[in-house]
Amino acid sequence: MIPSGLFRSAGFRFGLVYAVLLTISAAALASFLWWFTAGLLDRQTASAIRADAQGLIERFDEGGIAGLVGTIEDRLAANVDDDAIYLLVDPGMNRIAGNLDTWPSIVDKPGEWRQFQVRKTGMRSLALVYGYELPDDFHLLVGRDVQVRVQLGNLLTDALIWAIAIVLAMATAGAILVRSLFRRTVANVSATAAAIASGDFAQRVKVSGRGDEFDQLAEVINDMLDRIGRLMDGVRQVSNAIAHDLRTPITRARARLEEAARTAESSAELHAAIDRATVDLDGIVAVFQALLRIAEIEAGSRRSSFRRVDVVTALDAVADLYGAVAEEKGVTLAVSLPRRLEIDGDGALIQQAVANLVDNAVKFSPEHATVRLLAGQQGRRTWISVEDRGPGIPAPDRAKAIERFYRGDAARGTPGSGLGLALVQAVAQLHGGTLRLEDAAPGLRAVLDLPGGEEAGDRPE
Amino acid sequence: MRILVVEDDKDVAGFVVRGLKETGHIVEHADNGRDGLFMAASENFDAIVLDRMLPGGIDGLKILETLRAQKNAVPVMILSALADVDERVKGLKAGGDDYLTKPFAFAELLARVEALGRRGKAEATQTKLVVEDLELDLLSRQVKRANQKIDLQPREFRLLEYLMRHAGQVVTRTMLLEGVWDYHFDPQTNVIDVHVSRLRQKVDKPFPIPLIHTVRYAGYMLRAEAAS
Repeated sequence: MIPSGLFRSAGFRFGLVYAVLLTISAAALASFLWWFTAGLLDRQTASAIRADAQGLIERFDEGGIAGLVGTIEDRLAANVDDDAIYLLVDPGMNRIAGNLDTWPSIVDKPGEWRQFQVRKTGMRSLALVYGYELPDDFHLLVGRDVQVRVQLGNLLTDALIWAIAIVLAMATAGAILVRSLFRRTVANVSATAAAIASGDFAQRVKVSGRGDEFDQLAEVINDMLDRIGRLMDGVRQVSNAIAHDLRTPITRARARLEEAARTAESSAELHAAIDRATVDLDGIVAVFQALLRIAEIEAGSRRSSFRRVDVVTALDAVADLYGAVAEEKGVTLAVSLPRRLEIDGDGALIQQAVANLVDNAVKFSPEHATVRLLAGQQGRRTWISVEDRGPGIPAPDRAKAIERFYRGDAARGTPGSGLGLALVQAVAQLHGGTLRLEDAAPGLRAVLDLPGGEEAGDRPE
Repeated sequence: MRILVVEDDKDVAGFVVRGLKETGHIVEHADNGRDGLFMAASENFDAIVLDRMLPGGIDGLKILETLRAQKNAVPVMILSALADVDERVKGLKAGGDDYLTKPFAFAELLARVEALGRRGKAEATQTKLVVEDLELDLLSRQVKRANQKIDLQPREFRLLEYLMRHAGQVVTRTMLLEGVWDYHFDPQTNVIDVHVSRLRQKVDKPFPIPLIHTVRYAGYMLRAEAAS
């Protein structure tokens, strides 16, 4: 008896399905083999006997008994394999021609197959025969010695039965193996999930390295866990950043209001203090919005709004918007873009990312310097680069520069929230690309490297 | 203008209603979805300021969808604390004409509501915009002031066109970013001021009376008389 609990186990069900399927297919294969070997031998013998008899009966119709006797003797003489059996008897059941001595009692009715033991040239053998009734009460028996064929058939049948038995045994063993394999794999995943549920987030599903479906599943799960981990880190970072970096402007605004309430002597002074506090609050709101926007981009939900966009159109708008600002500062914004550069993405986000890069570049450029906005395509990747002649970022600080709220030494005293590059990085990641900061010697080169892209000819600038 | 404000937060509603009244508008207020829908459907307003999240079972989007289903085309400005791009798209898809996220500056709200209220009344088939001695021809894309031709770059032309279409109204920096550059986020540097100042060099500097005025805490306004 199988305990009913076993059926609730998916591993057992998989094993059972495996065993049943294997047995059914093995049985089907065995029957097929039998039909085409042992079965075929039987059918061939029967049809040879029929054809033989047909010829003899025709001879009888043409030449009567004498002709038939001659033919039988001819055929017996020509039978090299010595497996043909003929017997022609008269109405008194006495032998006229053929290689059997007496009419076998087992052949009691004409028109039916019979199989019986014969003694032929001193050897016991098995015969398959068919009886015919001829006119004038003569009888004809045509058959074949099938001893060898029956033995071969039995051998085949035995072999196939054994094969099925072996397959059954292997199916059972296989089922047990499948079940344990299944249990082991699921146990691997469920142990990881349980560890994570109880707080150990560093756990990952073990990958066997075979690259099979279970490995793929494990990798997908691990990727998911990594992503969740990154998002959690992001949330942690944002909350830390909010705690540290928003405290300052909030404190400032609060102090201003409190001081004004306590000490302002005229309504003009009071108004001035309130105005300054409002500006502080607007700054705080702007930081909040930037943080939320980065979080929104990092969550990846905007990927659903991806479509084919022309990067050049977005960059032209940025160049147009910031060209005037650069000019105002005495900085030249040199733009060199191809005619078209299409990728799958979010045009508005790419525009915002590049706007942030150009904004930074213009902000940190000395007078009369040139900021270059370039884009192009290489292999299956699209790059957008913004290069300035500013102070740059020292190599050890470059990784930190893309973190939230990083403000380099050069940035002290300039307006900004320290979120610009973090947003660019988030946009790059959303598109499956990267943001690289390089030394433009002197200055900084920020390269946004995005996958995909089709260029359509250079546009001279 | 006759404006309906549907907003449940007492302080925000009071702030908006008082502000709109001070600037000379007639304001009605509903503090829940059901009253808001009833008033919006039964009375005539020039514009509606609609909060998205409302008590009373009927939220802002529901009101908006019901109004639009009744072929009521009153301009609606959605006010919401939901700032995601998706939320914004949802609001505009439901039939909103503009979307403002909280917190907001009153000047921004006022400028946008007034722009909404006046929209559709004039223009559409206009081919020439005229303010005092400044003329902008939309067909030949030429600008003249006191019969002198002024050369403008395409983007400057669009900036001036936007200001002239809203002549006599306050236009905020965000409205210019969205209307002229189709730019839906806040640039860190005040790029708009630079563009307006360049436009002024060409349109105002050579002439005795300035037309483009800066409105403190709000934005810009193009009009004939001097700014107050």
